[in-house]
Amino acid sequence: MMLRNAAGRRAVATAATALSLALALSACSGTTKDSSDKESTKAGATAKADPGAALKKGLKLAFLPKQINNPYEKIVDDAGIEAAKEYGGTGKEVGPSDASASSQVSYINTLIQQRQDAILVAANDPNAVCGPLKQAMKKNIKVVAYDSDTAKECRQLFINQASSEEIGRSLVQHLGEQIGYQGRIAILSATQNATNQNTWIEFMKDELKLPKYKDMKLVKVAYGDDADQKSFQQTQGLMQAYPDLKGIISPTTVGIAAAARYLSDSSYKGKVVLNGLGTPNQMRKYVKDDTVEQFSLWNPEELGYLGSYAAAALASGQITGAQGEKFKAGKLGEYTIGKDGEVILGKPTVFDKKNIDTFDF
Amino acid sequence: MALRWDTAVGALLVAVVVAGLGTTDGFGSGENLAFAFNDIAEVALIALPMTLLVVAGQVDLSVASMLGLGSALTGALWDAGWAFETIVPVVLLAGVAGGLLNGWLVTRVGLPSLAVTIGTLALYRGLASVALGSDAVTDFPRTYTDWAVDTTTVPGTFLTYPVLLFIVLAVITAIVLHATGLGRSLFAIGAQEEAAYFAGIRVKRIKLLLFVTTGLFSAFAGIVFTLRYGSARADNGLGFEMLVIASVLLGGIDFDGGKGTLFGAVAGVLLIGVLKNLLTLNDIANEVQVIVTGLLLVASVLTPRVIAAVVERRHRRAADARP
Repeated sequence: MMLRNAAGRRAVATAATALSLALALSACSGTTKDSSDKESTKAGATAKADPGAALKKGLKLAFLPKQINNPYEKIVDDAGIEAAKEYGGTGKEVGPSDASASSQVSYINTLIQQRQDAILVAANDPNAVCGPLKQAMKKNIKVVAYDSDTAKECRQLFINQASSEEIGRSLVQHLGEQIGYQGRIAILSATQNATNQNTWIEFMKDELKLPKYKDMKLVKVAYGDDADQKSFQQTQGLMQAYPDLKGIISPTTVGIAAAARYLSDSSYKGKVVLNGLGTPNQMRKYVKDDTVEQFSLWNPEELGYLGSYAAAALASGQITGAQGEKFKAGKLGEYTIGKDGEVILGKPTVFDKKNIDTFDF
Repeated sequence: MALRWDTAVGALLVAVVVAGLGTTDGFGSGENLAFAFNDIAEVALIALPMTLLVVAGQVDLSVASMLGLGSALTGALWDAGWAFETIVPVVLLAGVAGGLLNGWLVTRVGLPSLAVTIGTLALYRGLASVALGSDAVTDFPRTYTDWAVDTTTVPGTFLTYPVLLFIVLAVITAIVLHATGLGRSLFAIGAQEEAAYFAGIRVKRIKLLLFVTTGLFSAFAGIVFTLRYGSARADNGLGFEMLVIASVLLGGIDFDGGKGTLFGAVAGVLLIGVLKNLLTLNDIANEVQVIVTGLLLVASVLTPRVIAAVVERRHRRAADARP
C-alpha cells in the first residue's frame, strides 16, 4: 500500500540506506562503554578542616527536595530551616513540582547565582544534578545530599537516615521481643530486586542466625511489588499457607499498610504481630485499633535538623567532608563523618500508641 | 494592524530581559545566560519542526515521548557496549521511523494528527520504558557530556554548543519556511488544504516529510538531553510536548494553521525560557510559574482573535456609517 507511491518508496529506501550505514559504522571502532575513560574527581577534600571554628552567623542555606509539596520532605526541610535559626542562619526550600530526573537542575543554577552558602539536595537522579553541583562546589558553595544521595563526587556529605544494618537487625529484634522469640515468621517485601529492601533482608537473616532466635523460623519472603492490592493479596496468601504464623516484617511503607489493612479485618487480628517500616499517618488507625503495636521509621525532623547543622559546619570550615571529622549538631549531639562522606542519623524511631500522635507525615 | 503579534512577543522578550538585568542579581552573568538558554535547548530544537507542522495545520504530541525513547535507546545501547558513534545514527533512525508512523497514520489512514499523536505519545513512552525499564544509564564519558553541559561554552561567548546548533538550525528553518516554495506550500496547506491540493501541492508527501523531520529532531533532542544531564532515562522530557506547543503558539503561530513566522516561534521559546529563569532566580514558586506560562498561552491564543474581532467590528461600523 504505502510502497506503491514514490514518496513511500523513497522513505523506505532512505531508511534502509541509513540502517546499513549505521551497521557499517558499528563495525568500525568508536567510543564504547569499555573504551571510555572513567574518571572520578574527589571534590571538597582540598580544604583544611578547623574543628575549633565557630559556626558562622548569617549563613544562607537552601533545601532542594525531590519535589515541592511532598509532605515527608516538607517535614525534613522545615526542621532544617528551623535549625538554621538556632545558629543565626536562614534557610529556604525551593524545588520543582515534579520529581523527574532533570527538574532539579535549573534550581541548582539559580542557587549558585543567588550565592547561597550551602545547598542541601535530595536527588531525584544521582547523576543528572552532578554538573551544576560540581559548579556550585567550585564556587565554594557547600553541597550536602540528604535522604537520597547524588554521585559521591558531586557532594561533600550525605546524610543517611539510618544504616541498612541497623534497620534490618532492629526490625528482627523488635519482632523477637514481641513474639517471645518463638514461632514462624515471614517477610513481606517490595519488589524482588529492590536494592535497599534486599540489603535489609540480608541483615535480618543474619540477625536470625544468633542463638536467641533459635526458635524463630523465617518461612517465606513474599513480594508485594509495593502495590497496595498485591501486598494485600500476598498477606492473605501468607496467612492461608501458614495459619500458625506468629509475625510478619514488612520493611516497606506500602506493604506494611496493606498487611495491616488485611489483618485488621481478619480473624488474625491480635494474633499475628506485624512490624516493619511505615509512616505514622498511614499506620495511625491500625495502631489505635490494636492491629499493630509498633513500627519504625527514621525521624524526618531529625534528618533535616542534622542536615542543616552539617551544612553549617561545612560552610564554617569546621569540617571538609573527610572521613573521621567530627561536628556538633545542636541538640542531637556529636556526629562523625564515615566513609565516602556519609553521616548516619542513627537508630530508626519506633512509633507506638504513646508517641504516634506527635508525628504528622 | 499597528503591531504584529510576533513583533510584540519579540518586544516583550526584550522588555523581560531588560527588566531582569535591572532587577535581578546574577541574571546578566554569562554563566546564568548560558544556563538559561541551554536549559531550553531541547524544547527549542523541537519547536523548529513543530512550527512548520503547526503552520501546515498539524500537530505532533508525541515529540517528548520520542525524546524519551531517544534517550532510553541511547542508554540501552551504550549499556550494551555499542560505540557512541553508532548509537547516534541508530537513535536518529528510530526518530525517523517514529515520524514515518505518525505521518503514515495521518496521510494514508487519514486520521487527525491530534488523535494519532496522542496514541503514539503513549506508544513511544511505553517503548522507552521497555528499552530501559526504570533504570538510569549514567556512565557516559566526559568527552561527550562536556559537549552539551551548561558550563561548556563556545569560546568568547555565553553560547553553549546545543544553543549554537539551535541557532544554525533556526536560520535554516527560517529560510525554508519564508524563502522557499516548500515554505509557501506549508502556509497554503495550513490555510486551505483542499485548495492547496488542487493547486498542485503534494499535500500528503509534504505532511509525511514534516512528521519525519519532527521525529528526527525529537530523537536528536533525546541525545542532547541525555548528554546534558549525563543520565539516560525513559522518563526524560516528560511533559515537554506542552512546553514546545505552548512556546510555538505563544510565538503567534496560529493553531488552525496558515499563519505565523519562525521569528515569532523562536521569540516564544526564548520568552518562556527567560521568564522561567527569572522567576526561579526570584524564588517564585513553581506553581506560580506554571500559572504565568498558562496565562501567557491563553493570552497568545486569545489576543489575536480579540484584535481581529475588534477590527472587524470597527470595519462594520465604518461601513454602516457610510451614507
